[in-house]
Amino acid sequence: MSTSMTVRQPAGLNNDPYDASAALVVDHVVKEFGATGLDRWLRRGRRTPYRAVDDVSFVVAPGEIYGVIGANGSGKSTLIRIISTLLLPDSGSVRVFGRDPVADPLSVRPLINRVSADPSFFRPMSPMENLLFFGRAYGLTGDETRRRSLELLLELGMDERRANEPMLRLSRGQQQKVAVARAFLTRPRLMLLDEPTTGLDPRSKRDVQRFVADVRAQGVTILLTTHDMEEAELLCERIAFLAGGRLVAEGTPLHLRETVAGERAVDDVDMEAVFMHFTGRSLEDDEEEERTEAQQRKDAQ
Amino acid sequence: MSTADTYALPRPRRVALGWAFVERQTNLWKRYWLWEVVWLVYGVVNTLAITFIAREAANTGTTPSGQVQRLTLFLLIGTLVWAYLSAVLDDMALVITWERWEGTIEHTLMAPVPRAVHLVGMSVFGLLHALLRTLLILVCSVPFFSVDFGHANWLAAAAVIAVGSVSLIGLGILTGILPMLYPERGEQMSFMVQAVVLLVSGVYYGVNVLPGWLQEAAAASPATYLLRGIRSSVLDGTGLGGQAHTLIVLAIFGVFLVPGSLVAFTAAERWARRTGRLKRQG
Repeated sequence: MSTSMTVRQPAGLNNDPYDASAALVVDHVVKEFGATGLDRWLRRGRRTPYRAVDDVSFVVAPGEIYGVIGANGSGKSTLIRIISTLLLPDSGSVRVFGRDPVADPLSVRPLINRVSADPSFFRPMSPMENLLFFGRAYGLTGDETRRRSLELLLELGMDERRANEPMLRLSRGQQQKVAVARAFLTRPRLMLLDEPTTGLDPRSKRDVQRFVADVRAQGVTILLTTHDMEEAELLCERIAFLAGGRLVAEGTPLHLRETVAGERAVDDVDMEAVFMHFTGRSLEDDEEEERTEAQQRKDAQ
Repeated sequence: MSTADTYALPRPRRVALGWAFVERQTNLWKRYWLWEVVWLVYGVVNTLAITFIAREAANTGTTPSGQVQRLTLFLLIGTLVWAYLSAVLDDMALVITWERWEGTIEHTLMAPVPRAVHLVGMSVFGLLHALLRTLLILVCSVPFFSVDFGHANWLAAAAVIAVGSVSLIGLGILTGILPMLYPERGEQMSFMVQAVVLLVSGVYYGVNVLPGWLQEAAAASPATYLLRGIRSSVLDGTGLGGQAHTLIVLAIFGVFLVPGSLVAFTAAERWARRTGRLKRQG
């Protein structure tokens, strides 16, 4: 059972997709893979195109933490990559503080940064060497980068001595903390957190969540994708559910639970139940279906 | 800041952004020092193996004794220039591939660095890296042969290397496109480009021994003029005046290849953004 609901805009925002007062506007974005031009002709009959993002629209207000919940393969990372200027949508538009990541990616890049589930570093290099590179690439000086990097790493609970060891000697949790430091080093106005706590031990997860809550207080706008319902409810002011590339529901956690509760008490309805209500399945079902579809796509190739 | 504005960034800012890549590659190079030793040993062994052919030619009498010294230098220059050229092309072919290995491709490409600055930064490191490696190979190889550099005009040879290196940057950027377009096979395809350059440019023989159609291909390779110019200055002592034609041809290659390769890279990147290839796994 799939139920759609009205998209509720945050106060002060309107439906104008080019409204520069919004931090992020995603307007009817569509992205399909496996069916482009020559590739479509060469591979006809052998490769099934699939729609990773299907007519998705939402608006995020400055300073808001906006969560996108969906199973693996629901289109979350594709959406993040479009906003990150790494992927071009087939149709629709995106605006980051009024700037267009498709037409002018260089004007958007200084405003954004990103943390993904995979820390992604030059592993033989130390955290400090990695941060030095990314700091310089965003226009910071060497001294400024070193000073700020140490501040951030300490804030995230990392031992200062680990800053000069090769990344490959650090634990997964420590690497992810360096990834968070890298993202906030450049003082982005819009932070894209793509499952930042996936695979972390409980303590590292808490450290990262606490840090995210702290930086939000500094006015940074955050788009958080996750399949951790508890995390989404803890951190996000509004949540959207993505299933099969489509945005099926959006609202504050309370509003979403109230919508689903009906006769029941709101406290008796958890976000997992809300997700099932709007998508007609649990996250586990979604993930299983995605695995099957991924295998079918692989076989078709 | 529009795209046009970004290209109009103040020069110190552009230099600082480009320096980020030179510094990063230097840090990586220090961490992978054992690889560098492997490549150095390979380069020395390769140089010796090929240059010893001149001694064999002397022993068997297939080359007049007066020409052995010239043949030795001819082969030595060929192997050294090839070591330099292939190191530059290798480094540039890794612009995308290395980022994929390490998983940093998305973070690097979403940084607010104009692609031209990024590629020039990588090229500067590539040229310095290749130059240092080639000098070390030269120092390790020369003691094995009795070669006389008495006729060499080093200033003219250096000018040919400097001007020719600009066109190598263009060629390198072009080979760097392949791994972006073909994540799984692109690096191997860039080796194919190197192999063609090796065949047609007269690295170990004069291009006049090639069949006619390959000689035409040789004329389209900047490495042909680079090799010809260096050999002419080191073997025959040709000065800057005598190298004017070679320098002009190499400069023309540079003028067309560098902007052309940047345009091609930008177009390829846009295609990769459209088809979703700018990620760790193709």
